Amino acid sequence: MSLSPIAQVTGRGVVVAGDDIDTDRIIPARYMRCITFDGLGEYLFRDVRQTPEGKSTNHPIDDPKYKGATILISGMNFGCGSSREHAPQAIARAGFKAVIAGGFAEIFFGNSTTLGLPCATATRKDLTALMSLIQKDPTTLVTIDVEKLHVTAGPLSFPVSLKTSAQQGLLSGRYDAIADLLANLPKVKELAGRIPSATAS
Amino acid sequence: MGKTLFQKVWDRHAVGILPDGSTQLFVGTHLIHEVTSPQAFGMLRDLGLKVAFPSRTFATVDHIVPTDQRTEPFRDSLADAMIKELRKNCSDFGVTFFDIPSGKQGIVHIVGPEQGITQPGTTIACGDSHTSTHGAFGAVAFGIGTSQVRDVLATQTMALSPLKVRKIEVRGKLGPGVYAKDIILHIIRTLGVNGGTGYAYEYCGPTIEGLSLEERMTICNMSIEGGARAGYVNPDEKTFEYLKGRPYSPKGKEWDVAVAEWKKVVSDADAIYDDVKIFEASEIRPTVTWGINPGQGIFIDEAIPSPEQLPEADRASAKEALEFMKFKAGEKLAGQKIQVAFFGSCTNARISDFLEASKFLKGRKVAPGIRAIAVPGSQGVSKICAEMGIDKIFREAGFDWREAGCSMCLGMNPDQLVGDEICASSSNRNFKGRQGSPTGRTLLMSPVMVVAAAVTGKVSDARLVFAKS
Repeated sequence: MSLSPIAQVTGRGVVVAGDDIDTDRIIPARYMRCITFDGLGEYLFRDVRQTPEGKSTNHPIDDPKYKGATILISGMNFGCGSSREHAPQAIARAGFKAVIAGGFAEIFFGNSTTLGLPCATATRKDLTALMSLIQKDPTTLVTIDVEKLHVTAGPLSFPVSLKTSAQQGLLSGRYDAIADLLANLPKVKELAGRIPSATAS
Repeated sequence: MGKTLFQKVWDRHAVGILPDGSTQLFVGTHLIHEVTSPQAFGMLRDLGLKVAFPSRTFATVDHIVPTDQRTEPFRDSLADAMIKELRKNCSDFGVTFFDIPSGKQGIVHIVGPEQGITQPGTTIACGDSHTSTHGAFGAVAFGIGTSQVRDVLATQTMALSPLKVRKIEVRGKLGPGVYAKDIILHIIRTLGVNGGTGYAYEYCGPTIEGLSLEERMTICNMSIEGGARAGYVNPDEKTFEYLKGRPYSPKGKEWDVAVAEWKKVVSDADAIYDDVKIFEASEIRPTVTWGINPGQGIFIDEAIPSPEQLPEADRASAKEALEFMKFKAGEKLAGQKIQVAFFGSCTNARISDFLEASKFLKGRKVAPGIRAIAVPGSQGVSKICAEMGIDKIFREAGFDWREAGCSMCLGMNPDQLVGDEICASSSNRNFKGRQGSPTGRTLLMSPVMVVAAAVTGKVSDARLVFAKS
């Protein structure tokens, strides 16, 4: 599978404030009763965007001032909880190209990278400054440089971190590992012969 | 220099290093369910690929199954489509499916061990974060996303970077009424919900060694709630005894060979750990969560902390939690009225959970107005509970005794909270909206504490409620 390298993401940001935003919050389990990922973007943050009666809560995602944003900005430990890939799928299908947060839960991070959705980690201080800048002027363009591991936004310029394998994968267009895994199938078959498997007797 | 179990298992299953620097890791056993696998099979079809080693994948249906209706079509047409899709995928690709009529259906993390599929020294993957449960057997088990489910189906491998290993030693004797659930809630509260990021947790020490395999599963299950992608306990005689004679365990001469191999994967005495934490069992008391993440817990006799008392990094989340839960700092949880009691989930719906709770529930009644449901983790658990008369104790007490599934742990099936109901729950997550109602409130606790809450209608210290039992 040949994918385009992702060296840089530029776009407007939206701030979804808060720490420990879990994948149930990103997409509640009730909306995963499906057999494809199609249309999941609609359910992104569903339960916090609408009241139980279906009225809008004016969540940032629906706030007209953030319309067209492609970079999601949030707090610490973003994407914790369930391993559901439905979460990054919903984020990507809602039009987002990258996430900047104070940290990411591991499974979410891996799932996102595989989809080509870079997840850059910023320090609390830089994140706070970025959040207040975007809240003040949502038209500010945010650029994530995947190669230099750097973010610029208006007057702000700060370093971010990204796991090396994810950075390498994004830069080389190999963030979805399937082709590389398939290429080694002969070696896998050889190893499989030495690894016992559970069999009914 | 010695190695940990994690390192030994990792090295043995490593196929090689991929161009991005990550490891291509062989997956000995792959478990799948209806929610996170259909898209993976869809991708296989799109790519024209087969399942590389179909005999290494096992399927069951758990998240969406109704627990009060077992005939198809299910009332929920979406759920019905999902079970049918899984059935078709398993049939098309030659995967063993523990379907409802098999008598072996249940929550994937309960079925694997019960069938003897979960074995020491192996790597296990499943599209579910609670896959860490299988670590109780000395397996290295990872929750994965759907694209990785595709990778494992197509190649029996996945791309992963090695984890660091944190040794979590628990010493001493647990007090009466304190259970494995309290140990893990206490560990998460202490180390934080993201304290385990980048680590596998090795649970060890005399207290852990003293636990049954089912109790060890409760602890490993919630590793992910502490941010650790995997958690494990070194296998010992108890592990082998649990596995002996199970349908998928090795038999005859192969059993002896397997046990000899399993003994070799135990962490070496001189293994080097990236971090070590020590806990005293005697300091742990029954623990209940008051907030919206599993780290926001307190001992039953403690007061809910005020955000100002907490480290600065935890304050915003605590404020948000108090607002959502409609609790006040300084209040105690004991005495807080509940509306629902949920006894189930991959954390606590095994035979020993029901057996222990039934000892206290026998002859008592669920308080008026409380909706109490008990959901065995598997058809196997259900069958044994029936043979032992445990289901009868729950029914006579006023619990609704259901069929096996994930149920109200995540409310994907019709078992959901309504409005802002408060639920005393033996499950693993208290996230906003987790139990099916966006405003529903979940209090995590041990199964015996759930039963104490059910019979008193409020959060209660089981040690006091059942003092004379």
